[in-house]
Order: sequence, then C-alpha cells, then structure tokens
Amino acid sequence: MSDELSSPGYDVPPEMQSHVTITRLDKIYNWSRRNSLWPMMFGLACCAIEMICTAASRYDFSRFGMEVMRPSPRQSDVMIVSGTVTKKMVPQIVRLYNQMPEPKYVIAMGACASGGGPFKEGYNVVSGVDKFVPVDVYIPGCPPTPQALLHGLITLQKKIDRESLSGVRWYQKAPIEPIPVPVLGPDLMDPRRYDQIFEYTHAPASPQPEGSAETPA
Amino acid sequence: MTEQPIVESPAADLSAQYPDFLTPDSRPNFHGFVLAPERLLEFLKIARDELGYDYLSSVTGVDDYPEDRLEVVYHLYRTTGGPGLELKVFTGRQDPVVPSAVPLYPGADFQEREIWDMYGIHFSGHPDLRRILMWEGFAGFPMRKDWKEAYFEEEVKPFKNRWPGGRAVRVEDSNPFGNNVEYPAGFDPSQWTGESDDPVYDALRRSIIEEKSDLKTDQLIVNLGPQHPSTHGVFRMAVALDGETVIGLKPVMGYMHRNHEKIGERNTFLANMPFTDRLDYITSMSNNFGYALAVEKLMGIQPPERAEYIRVMMAELTRINSHLISTGFLLNDLGAFFTPVLYALEEREFILDIFEATAGSRMMCNYFRFGGLARDLPAGVFDEVKKFVTDRLPRKMEELETYLVKNEIIRARCEGVGVLTTEQAIGFSAAGPILRSSGVPYDVRRADPYSIYDRFAFDIPVRMNGDVYDRFLLRLDEIHQSIRILQQVVKQMPEGPIQTGKPQYTVRVPAGEAYGRVEGPKGELGFYVVSNGKQNPWRYHVRAPSFINLTGLAQMSLGQKVADVVIVLGSVDIVLGEVDR
Repeated sequence: MSDELSSPGYDVPPEMQSHVTITRLDKIYNWSRRNSLWPMMFGLACCAIEMICTAASRYDFSRFGMEVMRPSPRQSDVMIVSGTVTKKMVPQIVRLYNQMPEPKYVIAMGACASGGGPFKEGYNVVSGVDKFVPVDVYIPGCPPTPQALLHGLITLQKKIDRESLSGVRWYQKAPIEPIPVPVLGPDLMDPRRYDQIFEYTHAPASPQPEGSAETPA
Repeated sequence: MTEQPIVESPAADLSAQYPDFLTPDSRPNFHGFVLAPERLLEFLKIARDELGYDYLSSVTGVDDYPEDRLEVVYHLYRTTGGPGLELKVFTGRQDPVVPSAVPLYPGADFQEREIWDMYGIHFSGHPDLRRILMWEGFAGFPMRKDWKEAYFEEEVKPFKNRWPGGRAVRVEDSNPFGNNVEYPAGFDPSQWTGESDDPVYDALRRSIIEEKSDLKTDQLIVNLGPQHPSTHGVFRMAVALDGETVIGLKPVMGYMHRNHEKIGERNTFLANMPFTDRLDYITSMSNNFGYALAVEKLMGIQPPERAEYIRVMMAELTRINSHLISTGFLLNDLGAFFTPVLYALEEREFILDIFEATAGSRMMCNYFRFGGLARDLPAGVFDEVKKFVTDRLPRKMEELETYLVKNEIIRARCEGVGVLTTEQAIGFSAAGPILRSSGVPYDVRRADPYSIYDRFAFDIPVRMNGDVYDRFLLRLDEIHQSIRILQQVVKQMPEGPIQTGKPQYTVRVPAGEAYGRVEGPKGELGFYVVSNGKQNPWRYHVRAPSFINLTGLAQMSLGQKVADVVIVLGSVDIVLGEVDR
C-alpha cells in the first residue's frame, strides 16, 4: 500500500511496519473505490470512439483500474456521457442513470455533453447532460483526446479521495429519489416543470419570446 | 467493370424524347427535369426499365420559401456507370402530396420518411410513413424555412455581436425555460398521452408475413438498443421473433439526430466543413472531400495538382482506417471480444498520427478547403506515410488475414448469413461494400470518376454471395486496393501550391445546385447543395450511405437467428453520426 494511504498520524513501531498498516476507514474505502471504477459501456457519438481508443492498448485506462466496461448500468460506477445528448435520447440516459446503483458518478465527455457543443442550436439537442443528471467532471474538447479523457478520470479519482463516509449521499437516512424521466411531447418536457409549461402555454397573448415557432412576417 | 461504352443521354434529348413528362428546369445553373407529381411513377418506371437508371441514389426535399413551393429531388444513376438523371417534383406548401417511389425503388423508403419528418410532404402509397428521426408527436416540420427552433437567433450566420457593450448574451437567457424547448400555445402537459412505442410495434406487426403452419407459436417482440453493446452507437432495432427466428425487424433511429442540415443551412459554406467531420466521425477526410467537391462544382474551381494528390492520399488512408475499425468491431460482434479490435486500433493509431500531424486533430480533421487544402503536409509526414503504406501496413494486413480469413468459427458464423441478392441490393439503393459484395461492381471512383482517380491503377473488388462473410472479405480486399493507390500516390506526389486563389473565410458561391458524390468507405456519400448566391447554402443535404444501407437491414435479417442480427448490423457497418445526422 502506498504511503499516502497509510499515514493516519500514528507511529507504527519499526519492527511491525511490514506487518501492520493503520489507516482511516474513509481512506481505505475511497482508495478501493477509486481504483476500481467500472465505466458503463455506453457510447453516444464521436467521443465514444475516443473512449474506445482510450480503452485500447495505446492509452489503456486499465492502468487506473477501469478496464471493466459493463454493458449493464446495474454493474457500473461511472457513466461517461460521450457525445451529443439529444432530446430523443435523454429519457434513456436518465433511466440508465436511475438504474445505476450508488455510489455513481457522471462524466460529461466533450463539448456536446457539457453544454451542447457545436450542435447546441439544433432543435433536437439538449444543451448539456447536466440539465437532467448531476455531472461530476466535465471534459472539454471536440472530441477530447484520450489524454484528456484520462485526465478527466484521474480528476474523478481525486474527487473520490476527498469524499467522507459521513457526508456521502448514499449513506444518508433519507432515500435517494430517482430523477423523473423526461417525456417527449411536442418538445422535450421535464415532469418537474409541468406547471411552468402550462403557465407558459396558457399565458394570455403574451408577446412571443424570441425563437418561438411563429411564422416570421 | 463492364467494358461496353456508356450511352449518355444529353439533357436536351430526354425532354424531347418524353415531352409529355419532362420539362427542363429552366432556372440558371439548375439541372434536371421537372415533372408533374401524377406522372412521376409512370416516368420512374420508364427510367428504370427502359433507360436503365436502376439506382436511386438520393431523394430529398427543398423548401422554396417564401414561394408556395416544396420540391422533391430525385437523383438516379445507372449501376453500369455514367452521369445521372435528376428529376424534380413541385408541390404546394399546404398539405403537399407526392406519390411514393417505394414500389419501384424500395431504397426510397427511409428517405421519403425523412422528407415527411422534416418537410411534411406526404408520400401516398408509402407502406410505413412515420416520422423517422424525430418522434411521433413532435410539433412542426423542422426543415421548413419558416419553422424556427427554440434557440433561434438570426436567419443566417455570421451572427451580430454576441457581446454588445462587453456583456455576453446567451441564447438560453432569452428562453423562458432556460433550455432548448418550445411548446405550442394552449398545450396542456398533464393531458399528454402521446409518445409511446406503439406506432413502432404496430408497424412491425403489420410487416410480418404470416406463414401458415399447424404448429401454433407465440410471437415475441424484443428491443435491441438504443443502449446495447452491439449496436455501434445509439441505434435501436425492434425485432419480432418466432422462437429464436427473426420474422420482422424495424430499425428505430434519430437518437443522435443533431440537426446537421438545419444548422448547415444557417452556417456559411466554409463553416460547414467542420460539421461534415462529425457526420461519419471515423471518416472525416472523406466527408470533407464530398462536400468540397459539391461546392467546387458550384463555384467552378479546381484544386491544384498537389492538393489533389494529398486529397486522394487522405481519402484512402481514411478508407483503410474505416475498414479496419469495421473489421475489428465485426469480430467484436461475433464474440471475439476486443482482442481483434486492439489489433485494428493499433494500425488506426498510425493513421490518426498522420492526420493529427497534418490537420491538427485526430478525428475531426477539417482539412479540406474549397479549391485546395487548409495547409500543406508538415515535414516528415510524407515519409511516414510512405513507410506505412509500403512496409508496415501490407505486413500487418497479411497477419490479420492469416488469423481471420480462414478462421473456422468466423466462416461458420458468417457464411450464408444476412444475404442480400444483387437485385435487392440495387433496389434498396445499398452502397459501397454492401452493394459490391452482392455482385455489383459499382464504385463512384470508377463509375463517375472524380478528382484524379482516373490516373491510378486499381481494381474494384466484387464478391458474389452478398452475405456477412463476403462483406467482411470485401473490406479486406478494399484495404489492399487502397494500399495500391497509396503506393502510386507516394510515387507520383508533385510539388507545388495547395490552394487555388486566395484562401477565404466567406466564399460567395454562385446561385445554382450541385450534387457532389464520392465513394466513401461506407458507400456513396453525396452532398446536394443549393445556393442562392449568398454566403450560406439555401439547401444542404447529405446522402448518407449508412442511413440508406439500413433500408435493407430488415430484409437481410429475416429468417436469421436473433444472435445473427447483431453481426448482420455489424457487417452493414453504420456510424450513427451519419445515420441520424
């Protein structure tokens, strides 16, 4: 074990140093989780190809304990949202996120997943996956190089290092509510905002905001 | 290739020959013939059976707003090669109806559905006219020019200042939801009951041809995707099963529809170049090539010699890259999990290094310009390419083939699976390796030569069985032919300029239309560009080979086991960026 892990502030007698390690529960807990992050095998767009390259021999993210890509959300720890999030796909992404067991993390890989990217103005594009699921690490790039993805994963590991058993959300008393799955109506609808939508569509002859579906004069 | 001379039908001849049907499109710089919607099918039958235009390359819509006119444009070709025939049908904007070409050209199926989805043109007689890229219930026909998206800012780019007075203005701030959404007035979300998968399943059930049998069996509908390890992205297949046998299949797509064409019609001509990279993101150089050709056709310019050679070099490296990936992932689908892919990706990294050194990016090269290239090859890259194609790659291919081609398991799984006959392949407008492995020696590089492909000696590989195994072998054959071309390119590469005229950010393209097509690794990649003389294309359409190749997927999968559907899809080699655009 690394020095970083076994430095609890207690002195271990020299004759016992090769037999005994004293550490804190938080540390060993985080250490074991950070080194076996299993990403979900889940590719959306261009970035997915770079994700595959990162998994392949040249960049090889199994060096960080991440080689086990699981096709099932039930077995994965981290969802790498690798590509453009479209309105048609986002219900599935939220559903997959809900199906992942805690502890779970989300990495927004690339410009599209972080904020819509070059396709932001498109009528079928969600401007960033963080509109619906909480994101832990954003990776810039279009697509991010494998090095950038590795850096993002290492950043996630650093984030895990800072967590404490008493503070993490999956050990709180209250149950974790799943995120309501968005609904595809005339446009994408967030169930949490139905009232707001109703108010908007029934507003008496309000001046249409810029960008509405009206026909230009 | 057939040796017989190709009989060309000059434009004037055809309209004189069929004056009842055709009137030439008289707008300057526009080509082809206009015909009345009610006579369309009659003439398509003549075109197919008498004139020999058996291959419907592309069908697309054009909106002539503010005129009360929508167009449907057909591009027909002969599989024996030669120039094409362009037909246009005009219809009004209110409740437009055009007869469906599916009974004559089954390959029009998905393309007509796309036009219905995007333009709201109803195709009468279409067997399954549903939305294809958006979902049922979506409000509006987004490609119409008078339809504005929620994040609409201005008609065309470049936009006005987004930092007036030094303060950034974000488009989401002007939207009441702070998000990319918009709802029609009077809509009540709590009453919404639409958006179910029933239309998909209904269509699937309708497509099943019942066989009379004494044994009563239950049918089962299984969804493969959109999140599925084998679908190569976010693609979904609704499969009807009888036991383990596939009796019906409906592809469901649009999960990655990122509005390429709508955004493309707002961009300036040059600004579309990086967007073409993201179509088929494995073959960005080929996509650049097709788009550059289409716009160069409109502008009437030619790149200099050296640029042509570099273009061909990059396009062929891309083909090798794409076929390597496709071969590797087909093995993945067969169950040889990830080891063959690692070998394929190893070679791919060499190609990506060449791209990165030349264009600055591994995948999204954005390297071609109208009339040339963005920059010349940097020092050392040319020698790298030379070494790669004369020494390393041929050896590695030999290695790959030793392990794979005669492999017992691969043959047992692939031979006779997913068969598409010659007639079916032509009918479904299949392109590229799918078409050629079904016995049609049709390759745009030979059939309708572009750039400088007429200078190189290379063969068009053809396979006859049309099954998964043949598609796999054909891709390996094509890598060898690409190596052959590349070896000639590195021998002949001239010195000189790489750009005709001055490089420009905003090119002015004369009004008119052009259809530029290249033989991409996935098949015939076409760009249909209409210009109205301004900085932005009026219509920008991509004839996406991956998308149209999927038309035959149901046919290929019928009667196969459900496990084989995965390899059939793998052998079609789709990239979702291009399927959904």
